[in-house]
Amino acid sequence: MANAILEATTHSEGDAARIELRGDIDGSAREALGGAYADAAGARSVMLDFTQVDYINSTGIALIVGLLARARADECAISARGLSPHYREIFEITRLSDFMTIIADSEGDPA
Amino acid sequence: MAVSERAIRRVVWRRSRREEGDDAAAAPALEPQASPVATPETAAFEIAPNDPLVAYFQGSVGAVDIGALDLESAALERLRAEGVTLVVPLIANGELIGLLNVGRRLSDQDFSADDRRLLETLAAQAAPAVRVGQLVRERQAELRERDRLEQELAVAQLIQQNFLPKELPLREGWQVAAYYRAARAVGGDFYDFIELPDGRLGLVIGDVTDKGVPAAMVMAATRSVLRASAQRLIEPGDVLARVNDNLCPDIPENMFVTCFYGVLDPATGHLRYANAGHNLPLVHAGGDSGDLRATGMPLGLLPGMVYEERETTLAEGATVLLYSDGLIEAHDSAREMFGTERATPLLRHDLESAAVIDGLLAALDGFIGSELEQEDDITLVVLRRASGQSAAAKPIAEIGATAEAAPRLEGVLADFTIASAPGNEREAMRRVAEASAQAALEPERLERLKTAAAEATMNAMEHGNGYQDGVDVRVLVSARAGELVVAITDSGAAPQTAAPAATPDIDAKLEGRQSPRGWGLFLIERMVDDVRQSSGPGGHTVELVMHLEGGPDGQRDT
Repeated sequence: MANAILEATTHSEGDAARIELRGDIDGSAREALGGAYADAAGARSVMLDFTQVDYINSTGIALIVGLLARARADECAISARGLSPHYREIFEITRLSDFMTIIADSEGDPA
Repeated sequence: MAVSERAIRRVVWRRSRREEGDDAAAAPALEPQASPVATPETAAFEIAPNDPLVAYFQGSVGAVDIGALDLESAALERLRAEGVTLVVPLIANGELIGLLNVGRRLSDQDFSADDRRLLETLAAQAAPAVRVGQLVRERQAELRERDRLEQELAVAQLIQQNFLPKELPLREGWQVAAYYRAARAVGGDFYDFIELPDGRLGLVIGDVTDKGVPAAMVMAATRSVLRASAQRLIEPGDVLARVNDNLCPDIPENMFVTCFYGVLDPATGHLRYANAGHNLPLVHAGGDSGDLRATGMPLGLLPGMVYEERETTLAEGATVLLYSDGLIEAHDSAREMFGTERATPLLRHDLESAAVIDGLLAALDGFIGSELEQEDDITLVVLRRASGQSAAAKPIAEIGATAEAAPRLEGVLADFTIASAPGNEREAMRRVAEASAQAALEPERLERLKTAAAEATMNAMEHGNGYQDGVDVRVLVSARAGELVVAITDSGAAPQTAAPAATPDIDAKLEGRQSPRGWGLFLIERMVDDVRQSSGPGGHTVELVMHLEGGPDGQRDT
């Protein structure tokens, strides 16, 4: 389980975007996450795809909160897919899930 | 006139800056009529506080012709010898802070009234500036001294912390608890547990006379020699004799070490001990109180000493208290000492070791009172043989709990350190998961423990150790009494808040009214069944507790 610096790729289609996340969401993910959201500029909805994310820590949660705050200002809806049951629980405990739509894997519909 | 010594020390004769070390400045740079002769290069000198000249200048007004003075004064002679003819005292806030000294005029004429007025004006204006300069210099010196003392204190603490045991020994049927509290100036208290062949346990408590770094160094040396000797020699008296002979050649003068050393056979309760002048351990057993008495000189005074050996058998329910003089010599506001007579009754109750220490500390704090500062280090070690049937077969932490038929997971599962660097919490998480495999937690509970371990390790690396090179985080995974415990220790001295973490306000964070950060402790508390925090000489420890199946609280929902 080597530490994996986050790679984030933005796929835009119309006014929807999907950010494919690969690696760890911790302090080292700041630039990748911020850059990927910037790449989605103008989208009305952005889906964060956590399928290839193994590790999210409290600093990563802070980064996601920051992203949600920017999205709120941009009037952009955020959703998330591919979260493991554990991180889904954490998103609930931290109430991140109140501010983004959590999509169960079966409902996943890449934008 | 009463003058503080401090004030007088400042009466230093200095040449003015513009003359200093510069021959060109010797040329009359001032207006000819007032230009004083520059005196030859001279070092500043101090005037003794009791010199009559000081009292004279304090009472004088304006420029003083020192040629006309008739005083028995060494300072006056020195000034004249330096060619000074006229002195204007520098007065700031009514305090004599220096002298403006002037030599002969180039014309060899006397100073005119105008000259004197000019000099007096100059002195009046210069004095406050000189005073400010003096204060700045004094303040800088004070700060340097304070930094030096603080650094020395930190070094002493570091040594001490590194040489006190990081964990307590585990022996079936026995409870061991230890406590150490440093006084402001770190003393030389120490205690140690030494693992010996056949499961026997060496018990050490000692105290180095003196404080600070030297005492801490001697303490570290004593501990090392004692550990080495204990492995090679069986009899406690021989061990102390060997340590004494080793210490004697190198120990600083006027320093010595008191030390009690005992060897316990946990299977039988047999305790053999010797004492190098340390406070006699107190024992309570079978309704009787007493002490463990054996004679011997403190370590490091004279080579070739012999140490009396004594032995006893600690029956079930017996409690032994090893302590330093910081306990019994603590004074109350009436300067009365705490004494063994106040400590002994506290051993009588049939309490667990940790509870005995709590009781002693509560009694001590009540005795000293809140307004008095702790005078000396306080070290307490309580050894207790559990009472009750077949106690020897019972793991210590289970005492008081109902007996379980099924065997439980017990003991240390992993013990490792993690370098303090960003990202290393994942390594801690991986190894905690590995060690916890035997505990067979439900998968989702294991995930929670992993997240809590990662967060606690991050806190330890960042807040406890400041991500410093060479300052590691220690992770100890153990199972006892139906609990899986991950203990994460950093070198932070100050205890973090023990209060439950406030629930982060995500609304405020999203609106930018709060930092988006601040999730760590909140997450930790939500992830595990219990969080315990403690601070001691080994650093700050956070224990993450998961109840194992069959434990008191098998699963707690978030």
